[in-house]
Amino acid sequence: MEKFTHIISTAVPLPMEDVDTDQIIPARFLKATTREGFGDNLFRDWRYHPDGSPKADFVLNNPTYSGKILVAGKNFGCGSSREHAAWSLTDYGFKVVVSSFFADIFRGNALNNGLLPVQVSPAFLDEMFKAIENDPQVKFIVSLEHQTIAIAGTEREEQFDIDPFRKVCMINGYDDIDYLLSLKDEIEQFEKKNLTENTAPVANASIS
Amino acid sequence: MSKTLFDKIWDSHVVKPVEGGMEVLYIDRHFIHEVTSPQAFDGLRQRNIPVFRTKNTVATADHNVPTQNQHLPIADPLGRFQVEKLTENCNEFGVDLYGLGHRWQGIVHVIGPELGITQPGMTIVCGDSHTSTHGAFGTIAFGIGTSQVEQVLASQCLLLKRPKRMRITVDGELAEGVVSKDIILYIISKLSAAGGTGYFVEYAGSAIRSLSMEARMTICNMSIEMGARGGLIAPDETTFEYVRGREFAPQGAAFEAAVAKWRELYSDPDAVFDKEYHYRAEDIAPMITYGTNPGMGIPVDEAIPTAPTPGDSLASFEKSLGYMGFAAGENLLGKPIHHVFIGSCTNSRIEDLRLAAKFVQGKQKAPHVSAMIVPGSKQVEAQAKAEGLDKIFIAAGFEFREPGCSACLGMNEDKVPAGEYCVSTSNRNFEGRQGPGARTILASPLTAVASAVEGKIVDVRSLLN
Repeated sequence: MEKFTHIISTAVPLPMEDVDTDQIIPARFLKATTREGFGDNLFRDWRYHPDGSPKADFVLNNPTYSGKILVAGKNFGCGSSREHAAWSLTDYGFKVVVSSFFADIFRGNALNNGLLPVQVSPAFLDEMFKAIENDPQVKFIVSLEHQTIAIAGTEREEQFDIDPFRKVCMINGYDDIDYLLSLKDEIEQFEKKNLTENTAPVANASIS
Repeated sequence: MSKTLFDKIWDSHVVKPVEGGMEVLYIDRHFIHEVTSPQAFDGLRQRNIPVFRTKNTVATADHNVPTQNQHLPIADPLGRFQVEKLTENCNEFGVDLYGLGHRWQGIVHVIGPELGITQPGMTIVCGDSHTSTHGAFGTIAFGIGTSQVEQVLASQCLLLKRPKRMRITVDGELAEGVVSKDIILYIISKLSAAGGTGYFVEYAGSAIRSLSMEARMTICNMSIEMGARGGLIAPDETTFEYVRGREFAPQGAAFEAAVAKWRELYSDPDAVFDKEYHYRAEDIAPMITYGTNPGMGIPVDEAIPTAPTPGDSLASFEKSLGYMGFAAGENLLGKPIHHVFIGSCTNSRIEDLRLAAKFVQGKQKAPHVSAMIVPGSKQVEAQAKAEGLDKIFIAAGFEFREPGCSACLGMNEDKVPAGEYCVSTSNRNFEGRQGPGARTILASPLTAVASAVEGKIVDVRSLLN
């Protein structure tokens, strides 16, 4: 996973609520068996007509807006657990998604792929949308280290939460899997205890 | 100290707490399928590590499989490649696969319970958000992303933050024509598509207790549609009787010993929940959705709201209604429909098929409607055929297909054409979910089958007795 410390970028506004993962990457594009190339189909049905021509009114097709930050309405990433949603956003070039509320599974998937979900207050989200409306070139400064997001050239700044463990992982580019693999002995001890003492109904019926 | 059911199961699976409040949770059962696993197996290959506990892992092919001519090679080359990749990966890593052609193949959340792999008190994950289905057995079951699939394959564990606890109590008796799907659509319409985010839900109350296991699975299945990672129901005699005798359930004395432990799986009377909701079963009518997320539901005989629910923007509300071709304040009773889909991990089990068959017996679908029954598994398919349900459906003009996820997510060729209405027993009415431009109206199997017969949205209560 790529390291993430801070970013200064313009942003792409998507002021819709409940953007579900079927919109981010429709199911018919989930047939790939690698993690690459999903960016081409990011927001496919909002972005392209059925014949493949771009829909002029969709924000990703509007040259006025660009940047590594996507700003979206509340409950972003609801629906399916497909990690392809995070892969399509990073493959397209986004490093940060800002919303006033994220769906659980999407948030976890984003963090596991170096895509930072920044949850801000509804009021700050509104300010961000207005700032972009006033000046599409306005930049935002996201610091993971300080857990802040600021509107450049203004005093406006807000703190955001991130689990301390996740923060360390993002900053250093660590995967959970490295940590879990390091616990092999403890996991085996846990299994032994629970299999022999039978204190909890875990792992006590072999599948085959 | 008194504990919730959720905490009892969670606590018994904590391998180790981690600094900062996260915990390493042991996973008892891991289901995998063709769509969200290939990148995880690639990860293992890159690290040169095996699947840590092959016996806790089971695979099936369901998401993109065709529902016709499953004995033939899959026509779509990408779909075929993905299914073949799953077979290769399972062979290479030693994971049991009930793939196409196997008598146990089916939708992952249908086969786990029906094979007795799902048992009370377990932790269960799958790279699919509807893994919450298994919570009906008193398990902690939830969907995960592919990175986490890789983590579980590698270590049988996940690093997680404990969610908050919510209890939703439904007391009373359901009216005739109202079924478990209506209960969960009603709850989601009250709480919204985000109302459960950050929580794990326990469903309780006399209306829940009186439900069969299959009806309970329908409720837990849709927990994710209000944003909750999962939902669970305390196991009881109904649960134990369902599990008894199944393929991978403990047998004989071992089963009795297991039941003795499973009886301890309940929330203590004074256990504290972070949030509680109470509903009356008598207040629940047959439900349909009118918008593009499962929170946008109404009783079938009531009009679409005239304004968005507080906190939602007018723009999103209008976009949603525009997509559906509906107007604010419109009553949908009598609205012509084009398609009916009865299937998916929400409503494709034998009881769903029996319910639909009982209604449709001796009737015909409306001529302009295409209606499709997709059983959840090979075992459901075989059972339906043994009971003659397939013949009832075919005589009524329905198609009776082979098992898979099918038109719930339109990964295979089972898609709804753009602009057309489909009354569907599945779980999501997102834009394009059933195909680009498709308009999905979520409903119970009973409302779906009645709508197929009438060719329009109907209140099934007016057609009963």
